[in-house]
Amino acid sequence: MKTVTVNIVTPDGPVYDAEVTMVIAKTTSGEIGVLPGHIPMVAPLAIGAVKLKKEGGQTELAAVNGGFIEVRPDKISILAPSAEVAETIDLARAKAALARAEQRLQQKQDNIDFKRAELALQRALNRINVQEGNI
Amino acid sequence: MVNLREIKGRINSTKSTQKTTKAMQMVSSSKLRRAESNAKAYVPYMEKIQDVVGAIAAGTKDSGHPMLTTRPVKKTAYLVIGSDRGLAGAYNSSILRQLQRTINERHKSKDEYVIFAVGRVVRDYFVKRDHNVIGSVVALPDQPTFADIKEIARNAVGMFIDGAYDELYMYYNHFESAISQVVTEKKVLPLTDIAPSTSNAAYEFEPSGEAILEVLLPQYAESLIYGALLDGKASEHASRMTAMRNATDNASDLIADLSLQYNRARQAAITQEITEIVGGAAALE
Repeated sequence: MKTVTVNIVTPDGPVYDAEVTMVIAKTTSGEIGVLPGHIPMVAPLAIGAVKLKKEGGQTELAAVNGGFIEVRPDKISILAPSAEVAETIDLARAKAALARAEQRLQQKQDNIDFKRAELALQRALNRINVQEGNI
Repeated sequence: MVNLREIKGRINSTKSTQKTTKAMQMVSSSKLRRAESNAKAYVPYMEKIQDVVGAIAAGTKDSGHPMLTTRPVKKTAYLVIGSDRGLAGAYNSSILRQLQRTINERHKSKDEYVIFAVGRVVRDYFVKRDHNVIGSVVALPDQPTFADIKEIARNAVGMFIDGAYDELYMYYNHFESAISQVVTEKKVLPLTDIAPSTSNAAYEFEPSGEAILEVLLPQYAESLIYGALLDGKASEHASRMTAMRNATDNASDLIADLSLQYNRARQAAITQEITEIVGGAAALE
């Protein structure tokens, strides 16, 4: 089966680097599936899970918080302000962040704070979902 | 005559100071190693993002994106990266001196510029002199992560887009080597000097080039700021290491001088005693 190299890179260093047969990512305009040999493309990503299908059928998950995906025929790069693969996610921390964001949303302060709390909520949920594998 | 006890006391206190500076030097040198490896981990991200930004910006010329257009400058913002603590040699003072000079040259009144301060020393300096400090981060960890400065970076970029100021400059110490750090001024916004991409891949944009620039440019500018912070941190540790090494060396010199003095004084005291005894014995005969 044909494979393509996938990199997930954040400012704090590379997070993931492997050969996969398919990448499924959530862009701001919907989910896309990328196979090897895709035409060059750039798309911004939403906060969401990236599914990485490996040869042999198993799927790895990564939580990606925004950024964008750059596709070339032989290489796919995902650049995000933060990203983690499922095994490295700190579940306790994500849950704490979730609780904090929920609390802040209930207090309903001004608009900017509200938006920020909502984003934090999304990130925390995303991490928890990815870690628990229920995508 | 010099007091023996006094000299002994000074030697001891210098020795304990030397122990402290020596320990600080070693701590800084290990922090410097970590900072350098952090900076290295960051390089792939920066290169990649530069590459893509270059490709897209070349593909969508004259996009009219606010971050790419130069506006007449009415107000300037300076983002200054310093440290929280002193004892780092000229690390902070050289940045502050240079920035102050630039400000004096470029601006007539304090309304013409605003300041973002990273580090307590920098913030205090500008607040004390009544400059317009509109954002600050203090107590950054020694090995900062992107999350630590995301907020100030986002603010700095957001306020430029909103038109609060028309230029954004960064001031930080560029890490050249463990013994040389250079104060650097870098223009972050507007993004006028984007290097053209090396790979001439023609990209499809999903949904559109403009929509991508909307996401990508702020991310790019924020990562420039983060890069400068990592660079600055490495410089801080290097500069502290050098300062502490000098302090340790000076303490050694001082101890050598004092020991010499101490021994002389001791010798003089013994000689005097002998003379007195001999004098006393001679008087009895």
